[in-house]
Amino acid sequence: MRILALDSSGLVAGVAVLESENEKKDAQTIAEYTVNYKKTHSQTLLPMLDEIVKMTELDLDTIDAIAIASGPGSFTGLRIGSATAKGLGLALKKPLVEVPTLEGLAYNLCGTEGLICPIMDARRGQVYTGIYACADNELKVMEEQMAVPIEELAEKLKKYNQKVTFLGDGVPAFREQLKNELLADMKIQFAPAHLNRQRAAAVGALGMNYYREGRTVTAMEHRPDYLRVSQAERERAEREKKEKSGQ
Amino acid sequence: MSEEKDILILAIESSCDETAAAVVKNGREVLSNVISSQIALHTLYGGVVPEIASRKHIEKINQVIEEALKEAEVTLEDIDAIGVTYGPGLVGALLVGVAEAKAIAYAAKKPLVGVHHIEGHIAANFIEHKDLEPPFFSLVVSGGHTHLVRVKDYGKFDIIGRTRDDAAGEAFDKVARAIGLGYPGGPKIDKVSKEGNPEAIAFPRAHVEDSPYDFSFSGVKSAVLNYINGCQMKGIEYNQADIAASFQKAVTDVLVANAMHAVGEYHVDKFAIAGGVASNSALRAAMKKACEEKGVQFYYPSPIYCTDNAAMIGVAAYYEYINGTRHGWDLNAVPNLKLGER
Repeated sequence: MRILALDSSGLVAGVAVLESENEKKDAQTIAEYTVNYKKTHSQTLLPMLDEIVKMTELDLDTIDAIAIASGPGSFTGLRIGSATAKGLGLALKKPLVEVPTLEGLAYNLCGTEGLICPIMDARRGQVYTGIYACADNELKVMEEQMAVPIEELAEKLKKYNQKVTFLGDGVPAFREQLKNELLADMKIQFAPAHLNRQRAAAVGALGMNYYREGRTVTAMEHRPDYLRVSQAERERAEREKKEKSGQ
Repeated sequence: MSEEKDILILAIESSCDETAAAVVKNGREVLSNVISSQIALHTLYGGVVPEIASRKHIEKINQVIEEALKEAEVTLEDIDAIGVTYGPGLVGALLVGVAEAKAIAYAAKKPLVGVHHIEGHIAANFIEHKDLEPPFFSLVVSGGHTHLVRVKDYGKFDIIGRTRDDAAGEAFDKVARAIGLGYPGGPKIDKVSKEGNPEAIAFPRAHVEDSPYDFSFSGVKSAVLNYINGCQMKGIEYNQADIAASFQKAVTDVLVANAMHAVGEYHVDKFAIAGGVASNSALRAAMKKACEEKGVQFYYPSPIYCTDNAAMIGVAAYYEYINGTRHGWDLNAVPNLKLGER
């Protein structure tokens, strides 16, 4: 089985190709390209794929599915990744595997003892996060991905009373607050530099599991899961609510 | 020519609020032209909301492309190149089409041709007028653009005049909102104007001092708003149809006057209008009359090719393609792309 994986949900753009010769065993990463640089994903994503294809003499027709970090994340970044995956899926006639962004991120740390907690800066006083555990290559979702204030996440984590490993682009903003205030009584740690941001290989590895479970969508069906409505829709809903309560 | 192989372009357009795909043969024959319009959605907000438009594009784009191929009775293998609008427009909206087009072109091993949206609008005239060839003059009028363009050759343009403030279509939208017609303003003003008197109210015809070809529509827009305010302050009920008709006349007068000035100065014998506002019936009639008086051949596309569509992008992409234009896998959306820029 061969999986092409894409992640452009955050500041990082990543492309990876993974293979496994038999059921479950011997899966490996054939190529991975990660760029965390200020260029837009629109300029980097496809050239990165092209580089991998050339370097590994990959025939794209031989892939079984395209795994995509399907959100949440930067709205525009998600759409660049999604449109790329949808276009590839359309042309190659291959299915897509939607890997929720936080699940893919958590899978970076599969094998870590205790809980894995990815956090991404969601602005408006919130983080995109989820709570996971991962052993024997299986990701266990303790709390589905969500957009909540960091304080609310801390309350949820306290209930588990386990060691927590944090990762994601939300860490720099909340590291001190988590360590010294919110979770001062708990054992927490932060992932190292090579694992603390989105990695397409993790999206691909988890995508491989989901593909085996039959969790695919067609390229036409796929759309990002933003976890949030647009600002205009939110404001309109608030206006309508106000008007209703006012009457 | 008949011995040569046909050239098929698959074109994608997502610069504003229409998700569109088309297949065009040899730059002149439209085999399919699929448009998924979001107008109903944006009407709720009184105009296009960029984030909502972008979200809708990603939901619809594969379906629209598949339909375009199916309707044209071709497969991706039959296609010679992929054309896509990469500017100007809403950046988030453009990016969906650009990323999709790049991925399809890459996976199907087809050349990629980025197209300027306005070049597409002008090229829309080639679809139904097989005799039309450059050089000619064009007036591009839409919600985002008001350009007087000298088309020197396929893909070669000089912009002679442009708006200094609002685009003509933008002024239509704003006035329509002010007199309670709603969005989209162009078609609604056109319709209501038929019941009104275009001479009822004397709105200003703005001429830009240092350029006989440039336009300015913020003045006439403000004049309409002031007129409405004045009526309301005096407690007079205003006539919606008269305002619409008089405003429309003021805008078309200036468009026609500048266009005809160029016709005289540049010894133009062919003139084509393009863009969403080119389907405005008063503008068409006035331009037709003015061109006839000057002995100039006048061209305009059917309304379906005036609105944002991918067939026009396919036509423009064809001429770019045969001229050797190719874009790389790093093609980006350029929201303020200039006409004639690469």
